[in-house]
Amino acid sequence: MSALRIPRRTLVLLLAASGTLALLQLSGLAFWQGLAINFAIFIILVQALNMASGFTGVFSLGHIGFMAIGAYTSAILTLPLATKSEYLPNLPGWLAGIHLDVAVGPLPVGFFAATLVAGLVAMVVAGLVGAVLMRLSGHFVAVATLGFLVIVRVVLFNADDITRGSRTFSNVTPYTNLWWAWGWAVIAIYVAWRVKFSGLGRAMFAQKADRWAARSIGISILRPRLIAFVAGAFLSAIAGSLYAHFITSFSPTVFYFDLTFRVITMLVVGGMGSVSGAVIGTALVLALAEALRRIEGATLLYGLGGILLAVFFIAVIIFRPSGIMGQREVDLDRVLGWRPRWRRGRPDAEPSRRG
Amino acid sequence: MDVYVIQQIVNALSAGSLYALMAVGLALIFGILRLINFAHGDVMMVAAYLAAFSLFAGLPLPVALGIMVGGTVLIGLAIERIAYRPIRGGPEVAMLLTSFAVGQILQNGTLLLTRLASQPIQIAFPTPDVLQGVVAIGRVTIPKVNVVGFGSGMVILVGVMLFLTRTRTGLSMHAAADDLPAAQLVGIRINRVVAAAFALSAALASVAGLLYASQAGQINPYLGFTPVLKAFIAAVIGGFGSIPGAVVGAYALGFLEVIPTALGGIADILPVGAVSPEIDDLLRTIFPSALGSYRDAIVFLFLILMLLFRPNGILGGGAREDVP
Repeated sequence: MSALRIPRRTLVLLLAASGTLALLQLSGLAFWQGLAINFAIFIILVQALNMASGFTGVFSLGHIGFMAIGAYTSAILTLPLATKSEYLPNLPGWLAGIHLDVAVGPLPVGFFAATLVAGLVAMVVAGLVGAVLMRLSGHFVAVATLGFLVIVRVVLFNADDITRGSRTFSNVTPYTNLWWAWGWAVIAIYVAWRVKFSGLGRAMFAQKADRWAARSIGISILRPRLIAFVAGAFLSAIAGSLYAHFITSFSPTVFYFDLTFRVITMLVVGGMGSVSGAVIGTALVLALAEALRRIEGATLLYGLGGILLAVFFIAVIIFRPSGIMGQREVDLDRVLGWRPRWRRGRPDAEPSRRG
Repeated sequence: MDVYVIQQIVNALSAGSLYALMAVGLALIFGILRLINFAHGDVMMVAAYLAAFSLFAGLPLPVALGIMVGGTVLIGLAIERIAYRPIRGGPEVAMLLTSFAVGQILQNGTLLLTRLASQPIQIAFPTPDVLQGVVAIGRVTIPKVNVVGFGSGMVILVGVMLFLTRTRTGLSMHAAADDLPAAQLVGIRINRVVAAAFALSAALASVAGLLYASQAGQINPYLGFTPVLKAFIAAVIGGFGSIPGAVVGAYALGFLEVIPTALGGIADILPVGAVSPEIDDLLRTIFPSALGSYRDAIVFLFLILMLLFRPNGILGGGAREDVP
């Protein structure tokens, strides 16, 4: 594990991505900008679930609950003082005084801080919940985490003083732009990638493949599961914060089963356990959902999109159960036609992926 | 005070019957296939719509009920044949996810059809007259639907028990649930048994759908989600896969659900001066009247605790096969 060393081709890719974003920003195409931000937020959510479930095999249906925690935490933290006292008059004193709406020049550092705090809050909750739930396996853990999602929803609906209950939470400052969303998305992809090819990541995959074999060679089960669960919660909360400051008004109903199912579809289609697959699955399902939404709008057959997406999902599970990528990764060098010098003349050699 | 207690007990029993009808359907299928059929709630929702549209069409009640049960059974069979059979024996989570997708199809399909029929998303349920009104026993008034729900639930459940223990098909289901390959080896036709289990579970869900819709008074395509979760909890309480356990668990859940509401209101129903102000304050602090609105959260917390400490149900042992 060397220190942070960015290979030249990664740098080129990042620059190309930044160039694309800058072009999109300048183009003023509001629809495509919105779609790109949505894409980034979904990438973060899917990578979060990928770590928590794809890497470890512990199926979590609760990560949208962490997204909700992140969205509400950061939305409350960034409310300006004037709005806050009027909008949430019964907020507990210690919370009412905080207003992370400061900016240094053009940079809203308050938003960044609030997003981090949101992530940390979700991590603490995930640590507590995960320490208990990660002992379960199979569909029992899926249902237990679904229980967590329901609990979060009930609490959000009832904690009127803090969340406004079932009323819409609006007045959120629209901080999220292309740069914030994609900056965090790149971080999410990078983190997932580094974890996957680290010793910790291999422990996650090992206990997924065979619990008893992993135990017998001294790999603990609980620790990698818990770390993955907590890391996924952090990223989900980040996505929640970005979402809150993108959509600017929301209610607890958003963070429920439909969104959970959408994120799962993206992950399963892409391949559980594949970092690049998660991005591909997100892009594919997002494009499909958007196209179907257009068709629904044109034909007025609302519901058709949901049916076709679910049929597509079942077809993937029946005919390609490991998704597009399985646990493999896209070989970027090959896709882009780049070939490092050491591999010239050995076209079929497996690339070595050190952490 | 007495009236309050009796009413809460009746509420618990009637909710318990509804959950039992659902939980038995879940347990039947889980026992044989190890599949948590989350689409079960949506099957129940479809039954409510079938009943509603039949009644809207002016059909007499028995015909409408026939269409409801028959249509739901057909849908249950179709789901099994198209979606679940290809992945039978696959990973647990793949089956669970498929059932979610099936649920989405049923929800969106219902949404689409109600749109095509130019109906709003939320429609008032044409509750049959036999289920309307209240029954008064002394000072206690009980909604008729709760009485009928409890009674019919009991009758149907006894019928199911007899079916499962006295008929060839029922015993085949038992055998398949015990050991699927062995059952196959002794010549039990698994496809037929599984189809029968889905048909029976859909029929039970259709009755639950009618009761639920009559209680709620209105229906929408998403109403199945909470009942199926509750039924799942009931099945877990009773030890998943056990049919009698599911029934016991369902009534236990019915009572469990009433407790937060009942405790939340406890300080209000005590006669003034019955307890000292300190105790009254204490009661209001420990059991705020808002406790009732946290009911679902409390119930799910209980589910998580059950999964952790008594995964085989209240009656089963504490051992868990999947401890890492």
